[in-house]
Amino acid sequence: MLDGMNLREGDERARTTAEDVARRSYGKLVAFLASRTGNVAAAEDALSEAFTAALTDWPRNGCPSNPEGWLMTVARRKLIDMVRAESRHPVADVELQSLEDVVADAGELPDERLAMMFACAHPAIDAGIRSPLILQVVLGLDAKAIASAFLTSPAAMGKRLVRAKEKIRQAGISFRVPGREELPARLDTVLEAIYAGFTEGWSDADGADLVRRDLIEESLFLARLVVELMPGEAEARGLLALMLYANSRRRARRNEDGDFVPLSMQNPAFWDGSQIAEAEGLLHRAAEMGCVGRFQLEAAIQSAHANRCRKGAANWADVLELYDALFALTGSPVVLINRALAVAELHGAKEALASMQELKADARLAEYQPYWAARAELLARTGEHAEARHAYQVAIGLERDAAVRQFLERRMDAIGD
Amino acid sequence: MQYLLLLHAEEAGFMNMTPAQQQQGMAAYLAYTEALKEAGVFKGSNRLRPVATATTVRVADGKTQVLDGPYADSKEQLGGYYLIDVADLDAALAWAARCPGAGHGIVEVRPIWDMG
Repeated sequence: MLDGMNLREGDERARTTAEDVARRSYGKLVAFLASRTGNVAAAEDALSEAFTAALTDWPRNGCPSNPEGWLMTVARRKLIDMVRAESRHPVADVELQSLEDVVADAGELPDERLAMMFACAHPAIDAGIRSPLILQVVLGLDAKAIASAFLTSPAAMGKRLVRAKEKIRQAGISFRVPGREELPARLDTVLEAIYAGFTEGWSDADGADLVRRDLIEESLFLARLVVELMPGEAEARGLLALMLYANSRRRARRNEDGDFVPLSMQNPAFWDGSQIAEAEGLLHRAAEMGCVGRFQLEAAIQSAHANRCRKGAANWADVLELYDALFALTGSPVVLINRALAVAELHGAKEALASMQELKADARLAEYQPYWAARAELLARTGEHAEARHAYQVAIGLERDAAVRQFLERRMDAIGD
Repeated sequence: MQYLLLLHAEEAGFMNMTPAQQQQGMAAYLAYTEALKEAGVFKGSNRLRPVATATTVRVADGKTQVLDGPYADSKEQLGGYYLIDVADLDAALAWAARCPGAGHGIVEVRPIWDMG
């Protein structure tokens, strides 16, 4: 009876400890093993077996004083078994050798997560899978959850993840932080992958979909990690600032009836001041580093929007200047769309529409909701009602969020005849 | 590649809405169809009359059996479809997620098996 009680208590404690270590160290443990063998999938499998073993062993023998080290030792042994069983594989020998070089009790584990992120976002890896790959190997999210967040079938997502890991292994993509000359371009792909996860989550930031909401938190965690591990990189700070500005307004995007509230009509009192303050701090520190980039410019635009709404002083000329700089840097049609809205504030809707003229031929925008929403808004202002109505319809049809759809419907209904 | 988006929903949901809500619901579908056409992926679409109008036919052991009502008696019923032509499954899923039907029911995405 008493034994049963103790066992149950032990079970509970073992589970809590294991979950705790998983949350804190999952990516670190995967990265440590994978960076030595180049085999991410095997590292994940070995670690998952080690966690299973822990749940049987710890309740019986008590939680080890160094759970991370315990898991590492078991995972390493499983990994060696796995590699041996597959020894006909051409790279298996090398993997085995490097594994046996690992000192079993290394004390404090070196943090190889950054190197692993660089491997996952390597230019040789398909751009679309980089973000899911990082979310899986650093945070341990399962393919099913990632698939829902990225609107892909779980089976297809699973296959793509397997293929990407196999590519890292077969192509010999190394787990290292690139040197000085390569770094800016390579860091960009890492930051872009993190941002892709954030924007996926953002598409239903207030919805009931927990997976998506989690994606925002997980992406913020990854951005923080990069800032922490690369404190000298201005763009990493820029990205984190950009995400924090957006996230600070998450609650204000809905009123008490659940209706969508656009930025210009939001009550700044509902914004999260601490996140804005953190973002401002990051952006200032980044600016001091004297290395402007895409994410810093985007964050600066968010900062300008926030300041205008809070202080009520129009700063559209500054915003336009920032968009010009951003367009010069990226040449992205998405920038031209947002820039047009600033042009409209300064020089009127007609000129804004003219500035978007060249986008009409861009087939990629046919399915891009913000393009149609911006067009609709501007056409309504210039009095081209029929065209405005059509643009609103397309924008509504392209929108996934029912609250935004309703908002756009009301705007469309407000057009005169 | 062509995909059929099958829209399943609880019929009672629509019937119990106020006329204004119904009109709003219809407007959302109109806009969705417009967006599909603008993107050049629209192949066809129709709405089905309520399941009460359904009749099933089957021939077993040489005898023809005709029954009132739908084949599957489930909570959600097939209420309509969109046929779209897009690059791949991901593109089809993106359109399914935008479909108003995904918000008040379930959209099943099935690739068309080309027999031609």
